[in-house]
Amino acid sequence: MTEEMIIAGFGGQGVLSMGKILAYSGIMQDQEVSWMPSYGPEMRGGTANVVVIVSDERISSPVLTVFDTAIILNQQSMDKFEKSVKPGGVLIYDPNGITHHPLRTDINIFQIEGARLASEMGNAKIFNMVVLGAYLKVKPVVKIENVIKGLKKSLPERYHKLIPMNEDALNMGMKNVVKYN
Amino acid sequence: MGELKLMKGNEALAEAAIRAGADAYFGYPITPQSEVIEYLMAEKPWERTGMVVLQAESEVAAINMVYGAAGAGKRVMTSSSSPGVSLKQEGLSYIAGSELPCVYANVVRGGPGLGTIQPSQADYFQSTKGGGHGDYRQIVLAPASVQEMSDFVKLGFELAFKYRIAVLILSDGVIGQMMEKVELFDPIPRMTDDEIVEKYPWATTGKKKGTARRIITSLDLDSHKMEEHNHHLQAKYKTISENEVRYELFDCDDAEYIFVAYGSSARIAQKSVQLARAKGIKAGLFRLISLYPFPGKEMAALCKKGVKGWLAVEMSAGQMVEDVMLSVKGCAKVAHYGRYGGIVHSPEEVLHAMEEKIIGE
Amino acid sequence: MATVTLQEIIKPENLVYKKTDLMTDKALSYCPGCGHGTAHRITMEVLEELGMEENTIGVAPVGCSVLAYEFMNIDMTQAAHGRAPAVATGIKRVWPNKIVFTYQGDGDLAAIGTAETIHACNRGEKIVIIFVNNGIYGMTGGQMAPTTLPGMKSSTSPYGREVEMMGNPLKMTELVAQLPGTYFVSRQAVHTPAAVRRAKKAIRKAFENQRDNKPGLSFVEIVSNCNSGWKMTPTDANKWMEDNMFPFYPLGDIKMDGQLLK
Repeated sequence: MTEEMIIAGFGGQGVLSMGKILAYSGIMQDQEVSWMPSYGPEMRGGTANVVVIVSDERISSPVLTVFDTAIILNQQSMDKFEKSVKPGGVLIYDPNGITHHPLRTDINIFQIEGARLASEMGNAKIFNMVVLGAYLKVKPVVKIENVIKGLKKSLPERYHKLIPMNEDALNMGMKNVVKYN
Repeated sequence: MGELKLMKGNEALAEAAIRAGADAYFGYPITPQSEVIEYLMAEKPWERTGMVVLQAESEVAAINMVYGAAGAGKRVMTSSSSPGVSLKQEGLSYIAGSELPCVYANVVRGGPGLGTIQPSQADYFQSTKGGGHGDYRQIVLAPASVQEMSDFVKLGFELAFKYRIAVLILSDGVIGQMMEKVELFDPIPRMTDDEIVEKYPWATTGKKKGTARRIITSLDLDSHKMEEHNHHLQAKYKTISENEVRYELFDCDDAEYIFVAYGSSARIAQKSVQLARAKGIKAGLFRLISLYPFPGKEMAALCKKGVKGWLAVEMSAGQMVEDVMLSVKGCAKVAHYGRYGGIVHSPEEVLHAMEEKIIGE
Repeated sequence: MATVTLQEIIKPENLVYKKTDLMTDKALSYCPGCGHGTAHRITMEVLEELGMEENTIGVAPVGCSVLAYEFMNIDMTQAAHGRAPAVATGIKRVWPNKIVFTYQGDGDLAAIGTAETIHACNRGEKIVIIFVNNGIYGMTGGQMAPTTLPGMKSSTSPYGREVEMMGNPLKMTELVAQLPGTYFVSRQAVHTPAAVRRAKKAIRKAFENQRDNKPGLSFVEIVSNCNSGWKMTPTDANKWMEDNMFPFYPLGDIKMDGQLLK
């Protein structure tokens, strides 16, 4: 199994940390992982994206231009990355703020209203976990229990009390992801 | 098995410095390698191992702090990115002339000038052909993974002290910024002051009464003596080039077309090999690990086994390709492909270049 | 009249003055009349008198005193031009119990090495800097230095230093005295026996501060002559120095125990 994906959105949406949690989860189940962010001034309030690869084998290129999955969280990223999904691949997006919805018919497109659900849960910061839940429902590349293990490993001890809330957010995402096309 | 962590290349480099028993790190922030000194300052190695960390006023000062401390027998390290490494060249030339051991990293970004902060491999000439003034070499190791960002610090210190030479870990923005699984090696204790005094009699650790004083210098106004010193340096470089060549082959057994690359370009080209094989093209990858010494003999030997063409893949306008050409000496066609100025090539365009520049003709 | 042979004179009981063992036997390469030799000697005497020989690492600059390591019989490192304070910082930080000093000229310390000097001082590195200021680049043949006086002739200011075009001389010692990282700052000379005694006292104070782990850097400037570069006889050069250099670079302690004097 090799999953090559991109997560793209605004800086501050938790794009990079979502990728990091996914990568950590992969390590928890003995897989090879790579996490390659866009970096530099553009991250300060601009767009942010990260390429994450989870694989059973040694990973070759950490830099990719086509992906099995794209998780898209703003319009600029939609404009840039819709075309980068491999035929038969998956595109997951949050319709919040999207004016031009994806048009491709050769890929599987899903919606998750992450921003709305997170705000309904009373914490905008768990937005990325809702989206991650949606992704793992569509593509269960890592087990939820390994996501929790990964969180425990990557978060400082003082934040461990927040893990149950993150778990709720993952479940919320899994329940609410809908096929768009 | 060592401790498993998900780390950025820059962080792995910094953690490895602590674990390799380094006595000091002197540095100056620059994108995309500032995580090195940030990690060290947050980690407080002075509490863990007694290692010193100091943010210098410039890259020039940092490399000269390395020069001073290395001359006094300590394991010292610095790191920077391209414009900062240019500033360090003066100190590196003195380090070469005075034969001091040290490890430093260049997390290369696009140039020339202030350039860009995005990844590049355009510092190959500077790294492998000297960089500063005078006839000198340094060992250049090119990590292609976060794991190697860690491992090469340990290896780097071993080689640096074995030969009394600077070892450059030539990385780039991709390897520095990406996160991967890394197995951290078990910490090596720092050497005690007594051990240093005993093991490195050349180091300036204070002249004992009745013994000869130690002088760390690259100066000799007598040209004949300076030529003699240069002969000695060249002999050392020859020994290094005979003993410290490192490389890795992928799918080269039956390969007709070989990508030759190092660092992040090697990772990208490895994917190009997979894409090529899927199309029925017998492709392989020659990954350089040591850029100096350059595995030229090994390349030439492989070339004679029926290789039809080589594509040098590097994020530069064509630097390493010159050494490939010198090595295979017309045995097969050699071409270059690379994006530069901070653009990273994709596995698809690398394969396309092989098809167009080598196979197509 | 009995003849006395040389061998008869060389006896311990006849010894009135002895060169310190911390100076090598190599003949100094400095011009006759130059202050460097004396500055070297008193520095080495202080190290000997304080019993620091086995524990000291010196840093030589680029300039006339680039070969200081040929004469100072202790462990020495020769630094790139201007970088001596950074080199010394590196040594001191990894060997905090050693005594570390730099010996630098005006071009090295106050032009190309200004950043290294200011920052080593400002960080309060626990090292000693001995700064020999003769207002000229001696080694390269008498070019203008950062400390060349207004109107003073050099090979790159052949009609005299024109401040409007060439800038002002830099009073580095007053400058570093302002920094919180310096603990002791003094300006001395070595052109008369009395001046040598005072300079040696200041150098001794500087090394004692380091030995006693006082918080900060000790900085001693020695205003000196360059009869070759100034194109004067040694005696004329000393006279010229008294008349012109000392009014601009007044001698005396500037900062003591971390406190500015006056």
